[in-house]
Amino acid sequence: MKTHPVEDLSHLPTYGFGAQSPMWWGTLGLFAVEGMGFVLVIGMYLYLWFINPAWPLGVTPPNHWPGMLILLILLASLWPNAATERAGREEDLPNCRLLLIVMSLVAVLVVGIRFYEFTTLHVLWDTNAYGSVVWFLLGLHALHVITDAGDTIVLTVLMFTRHGHGKRFSDVSDNAFYWYFVVLTWIPLYLLIYWFPRM
Amino acid sequence: MSEGTASAAELRDTDLDGPELRARLARTWGTGQGLIARLSTVDHKVIGKRYIVTTFVFLFLGGLLAVAMRLQLARPESDLIGPDLYNQIFTMHGSTMMFLFAVPVMEAMAIYLVPLMVGTRNIAFPRLNAFSYWIFLFGGSFLWIAFVLNTGPDVGWFAYVPLSGPEFGPGKRADVWAQMITFTEVSAILVAIEIITTVFKQRAPGMSLDRIPIFVWAMLVVSFVVLFSMPAVMVASTSLILDRLVGTHFFNPAEGGDALLWQHLFWFFGHPEVYIIFLPGTGMVAEIVTTFSRRPVFGYLALVLSLIAVGFLSFGLWVHHMFVAGVPQLGASFFTASSMLIAIPNGVQIFCWITTLATGRVVVRTPLLFVLGFFVIFVLGGMTGVMVASVPIDTQVHDTYFVVAHFHYVLIGGAVFPLLGAVYYWFPKITGRMMSERLGRWHFWLAFIGFNLAFFPMHVLGLRGMPRRVYTYGPELGWTDLNLLVSAGSLVLATSFGLFAWNVVRSSRSGDPAGPNPWGAGTLEWATTSPPQPHNFDRIPAVISREPLWTPRDSLPVVTGLSVENRELVVSTLTDARPELRESSPEPSIWPFITAIATTITFVSSIFTPWAAVWGSALIAVCVIGWFWPKGSKEDEE
Repeated sequence: MKTHPVEDLSHLPTYGFGAQSPMWWGTLGLFAVEGMGFVLVIGMYLYLWFINPAWPLGVTPPNHWPGMLILLILLASLWPNAATERAGREEDLPNCRLLLIVMSLVAVLVVGIRFYEFTTLHVLWDTNAYGSVVWFLLGLHALHVITDAGDTIVLTVLMFTRHGHGKRFSDVSDNAFYWYFVVLTWIPLYLLIYWFPRM
Repeated sequence: MSEGTASAAELRDTDLDGPELRARLARTWGTGQGLIARLSTVDHKVIGKRYIVTTFVFLFLGGLLAVAMRLQLARPESDLIGPDLYNQIFTMHGSTMMFLFAVPVMEAMAIYLVPLMVGTRNIAFPRLNAFSYWIFLFGGSFLWIAFVLNTGPDVGWFAYVPLSGPEFGPGKRADVWAQMITFTEVSAILVAIEIITTVFKQRAPGMSLDRIPIFVWAMLVVSFVVLFSMPAVMVASTSLILDRLVGTHFFNPAEGGDALLWQHLFWFFGHPEVYIIFLPGTGMVAEIVTTFSRRPVFGYLALVLSLIAVGFLSFGLWVHHMFVAGVPQLGASFFTASSMLIAIPNGVQIFCWITTLATGRVVVRTPLLFVLGFFVIFVLGGMTGVMVASVPIDTQVHDTYFVVAHFHYVLIGGAVFPLLGAVYYWFPKITGRMMSERLGRWHFWLAFIGFNLAFFPMHVLGLRGMPRRVYTYGPELGWTDLNLLVSAGSLVLATSFGLFAWNVVRSSRSGDPAGPNPWGAGTLEWATTSPPQPHNFDRIPAVISREPLWTPRDSLPVVTGLSVENRELVVSTLTDARPELRESSPEPSIWPFITAIATTITFVSSIFTPWAAVWGSALIAVCVIGWFWPKGSKEDEE
């Protein structure tokens, strides 16, 4: 088929940030899937609560301090996370490196507290349905924090190599975007796991 | 951001033309010949073809199981197949058809067609696409290998607890089912994300939302339905495997769990699943009807809004699968109403197509024959659907052959007939050759007659009380003659598929050359060669209308300025598709294949030991780092 040019695109940039970037949309798609997973497991919890008048089935709910500590750390991390996203957009390599180290440490700290918490729960996953669903919820969130910790550490190392330029800054910004999801999902889980059974 | 910073020495498509431009782009975007190159390819067309062939192999395997069941049921008290094997066979048939054929074949068609129809050079996240194929292939093979080893699941395609739970489902059969779900759903979700991103961000300049082809709209809606429904079955199957493997109690009433929880989770996925299968079929129907009516589709906006409405409503129907499970009356009434409501947007679509045909200059070729068959069969299935949406009728016919008849009318009528039409329609694009029209007509009539012979009498059998999933029946029950008729019909239907396979093989070798646009269609995939070049288009089209090839012009407007030496494509804005980036598309990589093997080892091992989830995750993490670590290519170092 014959063609005729109508526009030259050679002036366009070769990567972008935020909603310009396909990777941002892919990340948003993962939020939708994983967010739906959280909604469904929360739904399971509430369903099991609804059919069991004696909730939480004779078990003491988890000590709320580890969860509270994680909540405070996650909320406090919003500031360095926003700074990381900004450093990525501004292609500010020294700040990206520094802030990625901070965010890696934050993620590792949260993973550490979560593993400590697993050893202090008053119920095991195979004790009863309450134990099963509490472990499922905590495990699911832990999985997300561990994944993000892995991502962030690898990206941090990457930014200290010769590859730390150009499109990788967009990756820094997208990685920070994912952390918002990790923080956001913990807020309803925190209320459900620690305070709902005490109401 | 490297605004316009590509080096002046970089060769652009403005510097070349004609055969030289095509040859250089083909070299940049092509797939190599060696084994490693083939395993590393990220070309959506190569992966799409593999997906389509694999899903059709599963269709034929699932079809053979159906024939085996019909041979067993052809006469009363037959001892051809025993009850244990029969349980495995009907479970394998349903699971194969739903998880290894119906959903993935639609995504496979989209993987091949959507990038061409929106005028781009590859799907978004092409390495993820390669990974999704391998995971699908390994997961499907895992299920079938287990079946051959007499460990095939035997708990029905929806694996209800407590039958599938630790108490009543000993051995590994139910675990195989649950883990097959994990494989196929991971694959389906990844493809959905790729399609959404491709449609949102990679449309050709000028393809605003109201110029997107209906098939692409359908796949966009389906992808969203996949995103929000498939997590339900993954949560369900994960909970099931945890109950079976590490002793959790999600579905154990003795420890506060609940069996109906399984049904809610499963059908929250399972009902949207019907529309995940059906909506792509409607997209295919729209394209075929438009082309063979020689006019733009009637009611484009109504069709798109209907697709979106069905997508939303599909989440409000799941409890109608559970009417006999003791749901509250108010809930049952709500789900009856919503089940009937969904007939409205579906009806709107049917009327739009009939109007298009009635006001067009209709050319009846094989693709359109299958669409006409779809109208008849799907409308019949839709009408029995309205019947079983009513609680009193559903209570009577639940778990009988009436329901078997209903869902085969909906699924084969609503999805398989359009799909077969789509294969005849797009085969020339994919292979460069036409399928035999004569064999196609034989195929259609054998399929149409065989289907109705096989499934219509099932309505009557169901009304006479024959339950589904029985491996035999007594002669005194009065079901013998109709069962024989059903079995005879199933053989006719199976023969039609044999003819179809023969037509595909023969035509791909010696069919008439197709040329770029054999049907005189209007959408962008017909603007390129058949089969398309590795880079799809020598220059990216600039879209100025809904059917760009029907706009009366001597030549197609295109945009220029992309690299010829590197894999560049146009990224555009979401609503009006204004070009905003020249982004690099990932190059071939072996890592998706390696990561899929690591994932398979993890998933399969985890049905034997929970620790596999721990060491397997570490293994997958290593592979993913290998996948994403920059290798110094242009794409990596942009």
